[in-house]
This record gives sequence, C-alpha cells and structure tokens, in this order.
Amino acid sequence: MSTTSAAAVEVTAAPTPQNDIVEVREITKFYGSDIHALSNINLGFPQGQMTTLLGPSGCGKTTLLKIIAGLLEPTEGQVLVHGKPVTGPGPERAFVFQDFALLPWATVTRNVAFGLELTGKPKAEREELARHYIEEVGLSGFGNKYPHELSGGMRQRVGLARALAVNADVLMMDEPFSAVDEQTRRKFQEDLLLLLAQEKKTVIFVTHSIEEAVYVSDQIVMLSPRPGRIKSIIRPEISRDASADEIRRDKRYLDTVEEIWTDLREYLD
Amino acid sequence: MDLYGYRIPPVFSLLIWISLWEIVGQLDLAFILPPFSAVVYQLFFLLQRPDFHSAALLTFQSFVIGMTISIVFGIFIGFLMGTSKVANGVLGMWVNIFASAPLSSLVPVLMLLFGLGQTTIVVTVVLFSTWIIALDTYAGVRHISPSLEEMGRSFGASRTQLLAKVLFWAALPEILAGVRMGLIRAVKGIVIGQLLVSIVALGRLFRTFSDNFQFEEFWALTITLFIFALLFSSAIGWLEHKVEFYAKTRD
Repeated sequence: MSTTSAAAVEVTAAPTPQNDIVEVREITKFYGSDIHALSNINLGFPQGQMTTLLGPSGCGKTTLLKIIAGLLEPTEGQVLVHGKPVTGPGPERAFVFQDFALLPWATVTRNVAFGLELTGKPKAEREELARHYIEEVGLSGFGNKYPHELSGGMRQRVGLARALAVNADVLMMDEPFSAVDEQTRRKFQEDLLLLLAQEKKTVIFVTHSIEEAVYVSDQIVMLSPRPGRIKSIIRPEISRDASADEIRRDKRYLDTVEEIWTDLREYLD
Repeated sequence: MDLYGYRIPPVFSLLIWISLWEIVGQLDLAFILPPFSAVVYQLFFLLQRPDFHSAALLTFQSFVIGMTISIVFGIFIGFLMGTSKVANGVLGMWVNIFASAPLSSLVPVLMLLFGLGQTTIVVTVVLFSTWIIALDTYAGVRHISPSLEEMGRSFGASRTQLLAKVLFWAALPEILAGVRMGLIRAVKGIVIGQLLVSIVALGRLFRTFSDNFQFEEFWALTITLFIFALLFSSAIGWLEHKVEFYAKTRD
C-alpha cells in the first residue's frame, strides 16, 4: 500500500499543465484471451470540461468509460482520479446509464436519493436534496411518480438527477440519450449544457452521434475500432454563449461535424 | 361467463355444482357422497371438535414453520445458484430433480427418520416447496438487468446493500410466484403425507372418518382444507399483485 500512496503523492506534486482531474494511463483491455477491446490508451480529462468519447460501435468507448468508473478492471494500465489510482467505484465519480437503470419499485424521489441512501444520509436530508435536483432537471411535481409512469426522456432526467445528487466531481454518461426520441434529445442536450455550466462538473460523455458530440463537447476523443485506439482529439472551440439554434447553424460546428464524418467514414466498409 | 347475453357471476357455477351434489346426495346413489347440506351441517360440528382443533393447530403450525424454512432456504439457494456459476453447477441438477420428483413416496421414509410427530410434517412441507421457490428465485436473479447491478456498485453499494436494496427487489416478482407455487405444493404435500402416514394430525382424522364411513365429516374436513389452501394462495396472490406493476415494466 505504501508504494501506491508514494506514487500518488508524486503525481499530485507534479500536476499536468492542463490540470486533468482524470488521467488514463496506458490502458489495455482484453475480454478473455482473444477479444482485444482497448489498446494502450493515454488520455487526460481537463477539470470542468466536457470530453466526449466518440467512435463506431465496437471501438471500446463504453469499456473505457466503465474502466474509468471502476466497474471494469483494465488488463493493463491505470486510471488516476485527483491523482489517485482507481481501484473501484468511488464517491467522486457518478454514472448515468444508457438504459437509465432506475429502481422500478421506487418513486422518483427515492431513485434520485438512492446514492445518498447508500451512504447512510438521514432520510429527511436526502429527500430534501433529491427535491432540489428533481427541480433542477425539470421534473418538479413528479417526485411521487414511479419510473414506469414517465416517458424515456423523463426517466433519463431522473438518472441525471441521481448522479448530480451525490455531488461527484466527475459525471460519466454512457450514451444517455440513445434511448430517447430525437425532439426530446435536443431539448435535453440544451438543458444539460445549461445545467452543467451551473454545476461546474467534469463530464465524460460516450456517444456515437457526431452532431451530439460536437454540440456538447469541449474535447472530442475519436476512437478507432478493434482494438480501440485513440485516433485523434478534436477541440471544437465553439462559443457556448450563443443560443442553441445559432450553434447548430454555426460554420465551425458544421465544419467540425463534417471533418469527423470524413474521419470515421473509413470504418464503415 | 355470458349466457344468452346475461352476465353470470362466477359464483353461479359453484352454486350449480353444489346443487348437483345436493341432488345426487339426496338420491342416495352412493354412500360415499352424502348431501351437501349434511356436509355443511357436519362442518359446524367438526369445527367445534377438540380433536379437530388439535389436529388443525398441529398441521397449521407445522405448515407455517415449514413454509418459513422453505422460503428462507429456497431464496438462499436460488440466489446462490443465480450469482455463482459453481453453485449452479453443483446444486442446479439436484434442485431440478427434487422439484420434479414424486416426493410423496419419500414420506414414509421421512416418518421412519423423523418419527410420527410435527417434525415429519415440517420436513414434508420443506421437501415439497423449497425447490420450486429456489428455481423461481434463480430465474428471477438471472432476469435482473446487469445495468441495475452496475448502478448499485457505481453508487458505492456494499455487497449486502446490493443484495438487500437492489437484487432482492428486482427478483421479487419471480420469488413471489415461486412462493405461491411452493405453497400449493406444500398443501398437497401435507395432505398426501398425512394420508399416507395417517397417524398424525389431520391425516389421522381423515383415516378415522373414512374407516368409520363418516363421509359427512370426511367431506367437511376436505372442504376446510380446500378453503385454507385457497386463502393462503389468495394472500400470496394479493402480494404478487402489489409488485406486478413493476414486474411488467421492467426492461
């Protein structure tokens, strides 16, 4: 143990110039002995920014996210959060699931407060916090509903509120909008950006939608498939002050989408 | 049921059968079938008999103890099989064999092993109902979406918390279905077991009544048992209904 903590001290003593809150170092992942999911991934996630992992299916983006979350163990390499090596899930990271992963037998309030319930926070306190975040994600008045009474978009808002309620520094989202219909998705993306600007979270976002990646990200990491490798890193540099519609018509936005599409095209044969 | 456009309540069919029973009974066609009214009349006497009280109490007690053991044990085995490949490999075959084997034939052996008292009845109940509860729990555990488990882990749930707050509830609809099936099997087990042994509790009453050609009492006792089984099964059915809303909405 002592060697691990010595290494951790070293890392905090020499922070990277970017001030990365999460660092991925030489991560390689094999499933079994023959499926090579990720190969030598080195990556930094700057504090307070939104980084998207983008790539075709089978490029290992969800695998990488789950390794950062501590849900999967890498075959080689390590993940550092705040300079400390990750050995499993931790309170500084919260996860938003593709299929929402809500407890169907629990109300919206209990679902949102679930992370706090696990840490043993008193009921009144955690429900107060839950109420706050339910309001934040725009679900006021739905606290006593059950997940099956909500639409897909609303369920994912519950998933987001649950992740925000534990007040983690890093928010990990695994294709959060893929099970949500297109109109709802756009509105949700806009709300998400507003909310994240206000909550000052570091976000790691997995998607296969190019438009979504360019719209929401500060940094886009493109992965190539089988085994997953970093192909390139793009920083869209789009001003976030403009309105959603302006951004979607912005030349830089459209150019970046086009550039990524050209890049990813070669994998489609 | 509809007849010529009129809605007929389900109770009506029961009434028809009862009337038929009454008519056949009154005609005195078979000595084993006394009129229904005579059976009901006997039912009131039966319910006041001290030997019925002690027999029913003994049976009921054994039933509750046996079911409690089965539920705890069955759910435990089911979870073990559902979460560990090794446990499933070791236990799976045996649980399947026991769930489908004709266990009534074992009751006389149990009597030899455990004597003629309550223990035998409890063991019979456990033997009849545990396996189906284990199998249904296993099915329920396998049915749990992996992301629900990942969710629990990612929010820092300990192993116990994961079991108590996520996995158990996620498998509850199947577990309750298993408990209801187990209950029905246990009632069968208890009746068959006691009839085979017919020295203890209700079994002895059954034997006494049929040996002495007291068929009014015999049928009254049968009806009492049916009502008991029905009540138990409806109670579990009610619980199942309470959790159905989320069983149906699971992805």
